[in-house]
Amino acid sequence: MEHIRMPKVENVRLLDRVSSRKAALGTLYLTATHVIFVENASETRKETWVLHSQISSIEKQATTATGCPLLIRCKNFQVIQLIIPQERDCHDVYISLIRLARPVKYEELYCFSFNPKLDKEEREQGWKFVDLNEEYNRMGIPNDYWQISDVNRDYGVCDSYPTEVYVPKSATAHIIVGSSKFRSRRRFPALSYYCKDNNASICRSSQPLSGFSARCLEDEQMLQAIRKANPGSDFLYVVDTRPKLNAMANRAAGKGYENEDNYSNIKFQFIGIENIHVMRNSLQKMLEVCELKSPSMSDFLWGLENSGWLKHIKAIMDAGIFIAKAVAEEGVSVLVHCSDGWDRTAQVCSVASLLLDPYYRTMKGFMVLIEKDWISFGHKFNHRYGNLDGDPKEISPVIDQFIECVWQLMEQFPCAFEFNERFLIHIQHHIYSCQFGNFLCNSQKERRELKIQERTYSLWAHLWKNRADYLNPLYRSNHSQTQRTLYPQMTPCNFLYKFWSGMYNRFEKGLHPRQSVTDYLMAVKEETQQLEEELEVLGERLANLQKMQLNGNKIQSKQQDRGKQLGLSASTNSLANTPQEYGSDLKSFPSRSPSQGDEDSALILTQDNLKSSDPDLSANSDQESGVEDLSCRSPSGGGCLPSEDSGKDSDEAVCLAV
Amino acid sequence: MEFAELIKTPRADNAVLHGPRCPAVRGTLCLTGHHLIFSSRRKEGGEELWLLHANIDCVEKRFVGSLGTIVIKCKDLRIIQLDIPGMEECLNIASSIEALSTLDSITLMYPFFYRPMFEVVEDGWRSYLPEQEFELLSSVTDEWRLSCANKDFSVCPTYPPVVIIPKCIDDEALRKVAVFRYGGRFPVLSYYHKKNGMVMMRSSQPLTGTNGRRCKEDEKLINATLRPGKRGYIIDTRSLNVAQQARAKGGGFEQEVYYPQWRRIHKCIERFNILQESLIKLVEACNDQSHNMDRWLSKLEASNWLTHIKEILTAACLAAQCIDREGASVLVHGSDGTDSTLQVTSLAQIILDPRCRTIRGFEALVVREWLQAGHPFQLRCAQSAYSNTKQKWEAPVFLLFLDCVWQILRQFPCSFEFNEQFLIMLFEHAYASQFGTFLGNNENERSKLKLTQKTMSLWSWVNRSEELARFKNPLFEANSLVIWPSVAPQSLQLWEGVFLRWNRPSKFLDEAQEEVLNIINYNRELQAKVNALRRQLAELETDDRMQENLCGTTPTFCHILIGFPKRQCPINCHFQFASVLLPAEGQRN
Repeated sequence: MEHIRMPKVENVRLLDRVSSRKAALGTLYLTATHVIFVENASETRKETWVLHSQISSIEKQATTATGCPLLIRCKNFQVIQLIIPQERDCHDVYISLIRLARPVKYEELYCFSFNPKLDKEEREQGWKFVDLNEEYNRMGIPNDYWQISDVNRDYGVCDSYPTEVYVPKSATAHIIVGSSKFRSRRRFPALSYYCKDNNASICRSSQPLSGFSARCLEDEQMLQAIRKANPGSDFLYVVDTRPKLNAMANRAAGKGYENEDNYSNIKFQFIGIENIHVMRNSLQKMLEVCELKSPSMSDFLWGLENSGWLKHIKAIMDAGIFIAKAVAEEGVSVLVHCSDGWDRTAQVCSVASLLLDPYYRTMKGFMVLIEKDWISFGHKFNHRYGNLDGDPKEISPVIDQFIECVWQLMEQFPCAFEFNERFLIHIQHHIYSCQFGNFLCNSQKERRELKIQERTYSLWAHLWKNRADYLNPLYRSNHSQTQRTLYPQMTPCNFLYKFWSGMYNRFEKGLHPRQSVTDYLMAVKEETQQLEEELEVLGERLANLQKMQLNGNKIQSKQQDRGKQLGLSASTNSLANTPQEYGSDLKSFPSRSPSQGDEDSALILTQDNLKSSDPDLSANSDQESGVEDLSCRSPSGGGCLPSEDSGKDSDEAVCLAV
Repeated sequence: MEFAELIKTPRADNAVLHGPRCPAVRGTLCLTGHHLIFSSRRKEGGEELWLLHANIDCVEKRFVGSLGTIVIKCKDLRIIQLDIPGMEECLNIASSIEALSTLDSITLMYPFFYRPMFEVVEDGWRSYLPEQEFELLSSVTDEWRLSCANKDFSVCPTYPPVVIIPKCIDDEALRKVAVFRYGGRFPVLSYYHKKNGMVMMRSSQPLTGTNGRRCKEDEKLINATLRPGKRGYIIDTRSLNVAQQARAKGGGFEQEVYYPQWRRIHKCIERFNILQESLIKLVEACNDQSHNMDRWLSKLEASNWLTHIKEILTAACLAAQCIDREGASVLVHGSDGTDSTLQVTSLAQIILDPRCRTIRGFEALVVREWLQAGHPFQLRCAQSAYSNTKQKWEAPVFLLFLDCVWQILRQFPCSFEFNEQFLIMLFEHAYASQFGTFLGNNENERSKLKLTQKTMSLWSWVNRSEELARFKNPLFEANSLVIWPSVAPQSLQLWEGVFLRWNRPSKFLDEAQEEVLNIINYNRELQAKVNALRRQLAELETDDRMQENLCGTTPTFCHILIGFPKRQCPINCHFQFASVLLPAEGQRN
């Protein structure tokens, strides 16, 4: 609290990014965890909440006649433009936010104060929801070839690895330790995925410290052990996900890549995924394009191309496809590494797993996948996503890219995933929000030291509780797309990779389809389920009636259900719909009578794609409509909008509507 | 029969067909007067390709030894390859196809020979007559009349015989206005917005020339659409620069002095060869799969196709905005009033009028705003993206319109009764068809060709329930609102269903569509079952009550019956509900 110089500023204007003419007047509050903007408009009192941890940059722009503009860019791609009347206030807000957005110790993060009112047992249950040992068991491990090793208990061998690692049975502790000494940051080859159908596996590590000529017997034995753990195959792919040039440059620093001559029966392969700095700049460029005010089609396409973003996405996908193909079609095991083996390696291993195993395409499986390839193997969440104040050069959208890869696959395989786009967006949001403890710190070791599980809550349990919001209506567990390996188009089809406006222009609702097929189909499915129940009840009633017995009570309860259905769907299917700026200034004409304006606003219902029972997130989704035309909201209809009842009992809100 | 002379080799055995997205098949190739037929030998697959010669945009041949290869590029953008053994056969077949696909005479086209294999229930030629449109209009306003001044096409050769004009304008004045407008295309009613009584008219450019000619009747005609004290908008689909240049050629635009109640807005929609070039570049980019990600995006950008889409949609949204939001009447024209004008007026109607988002409403729109309005289909759709002969009158104007409709459909996936397939079907038939609907350039030509007697209408076929089933959007629920699409670049996408149709895998997307259908159908099935059971129960209970007079339980039951609307699609009730919040249409005036 001591960092808040200015807890409240009045008469602040929140600008609409799409239409600069629309601005909402309100009050800005700074709290220990959030920036809150509350509109003055009496009937809505629309609130916009932004977590400090979501703020990626704050820009104070030159003062104008109307006030001092403050631009807040968020890590979830929200851009908030405020105009504060007094320069001094603006400065105070600016200085406060600069500090608040860059906490220096973990304890300042939201998850340590966030309290979802769960008791201790529920919290512990939440953390047990995803269990990696269970996951390796599911893969069929331990078995004759693979075992769990305790070589890294107390993080004695590698401090960025988990305590429990799976290695080939024939790899002795001596081999592992020897190999770890020959690998960057001692990240020795360990199992990421095992395909029990053909024994092929995906292992991961960091680069070898080979320099120009160094070799290590234990490391060679380690790779051999991995190869031999797949008796059906006589060689092992070693995939270096870096561009060859980068890998060669590393040799001068005593690092590098495997020399095929030194390792028996390996096939070495480069896959040119660029490093975190290139990716950071690429995202920056793409976001600049997204932020353009009324760009032309050429500005947009040219800028998108120039950012290189989709090219990078494709490179990651290509790597994942290569590995999935090696495992599924050739039955060959693969060892993947990049430099440290915690960025590109994590991306590629998880994409490959997702292609190979339908389990990871379920909601629970996807959580397990992130837990396995990202959290447990020491992806540096804190550094990459800037949770604590740190080196800005460490920040890079590594997991964002993975999440986008999943979305690209969902576009190509609409029935293959149990979850929907909203699920991905919410996960992305929480990686940055620090509302839950899952993504804190840089390694398992750090998290244990901080006692994360005792002090914070798990996102996975939270998402699971609200899983109804995240279901893909087209998913059916017995559908052919949900079985076995996914094979995306192998030939270079660049047009398959598309710009994801649902993520990067997420807060500009006006840009997205105004009717959501997902929500529509979910409403239909929900109703179908009620019809099924109804049918059963009616059947019974009919049978009873035929026995000359009437039972009115059951029907009464059914009717309430029905009412609920009506209210819910009316809001999910309504349209947020106002004309945009179509380029010509129509102002010069006398505007319409005010009464007509009222009618117009009554005509439009706000759609809310991000319907969620997630309290914090829907507080955020509120602001989305806040950026939109708020006056659109019908006063009488306001009660039925799901975003309004953030965290409240949604049934209650529905009753209002009916 | 003269076709026989063109067919030098009617048949080639042992030919190999390489189609898009399917393995090569060996079989027999046959040429008939109107079709290229390929049938594989395999009986079980029954693979047969029937390709209308009219669909062929370009034929290329090449030889490796004595094996000849013919590459056929179609107007629907498909590319097929035929390997034909024997150089002479191959040459003969290639030249036959070339000749048959470039027949000069319209009356030799397939529609004049086509006999329907289905029972004709509805005569599509009579489905959408101007008189019917006028009848609908008369039920809401009496300010308009049907004029037959053009019954012999003498006032305007590209207009239909009957048009809707303001009541206060007599035919004499109309003739004077026609002289003042390019091609005689005087302002006519395009759309009447019931909600507020505002209208959209369309015309061609006024012939003001360099010395600023005026025409009092023209001014009177368009002023007749204004409410007292109100102003209107003229949307000129050309940039100001282009419009000014047009004066040198005798054309021009409405000058403020003579049209003080109108505000002119210039929009820049491209026409003719610029559009054709754009299509060619786009299709080239889509077919080239060798380039990397960057080159794909830059080629997509360089084609400018999406820029055209954005421009057209923006102009249409502007027109709709003037009418619905500003409460003003609108006149739309470019130079000829047969291309960009029609794109704007028809898209504005899709935005404003829920009827145009139904299948029949959309067909009526195509008939009214494209066919009767004199869009020169014959000229514009003579060739498509692969043609080597580039004529300046060829342009994918109608395809751009369909693409824009698809963009709106994508943004409002539940507001249209038809699906993407319906739009693709219209695209195909505009370029090559067994039906006469898109033949000719205007009603005048169509009547001379006696199309209504000699050919079958596309609508006769489409409107059969068997066909309609393929074109229905399962997600549709009537939406009485105006739908405002986003025209931001992030919201506009390449129409993959047309441009990547032949080179992207569609299996998984088709499966998704199927899944959607399953979900909806299952729901409807259950709904029907529940309704039936309920009826049965109601009957039983009535009997019951009559017999036993059990009043105590009856009210509850009646209540439930009210709770369930009778509609088939249960989701409709959401909109019923939603409409409670909205002012009824009538109240808005």
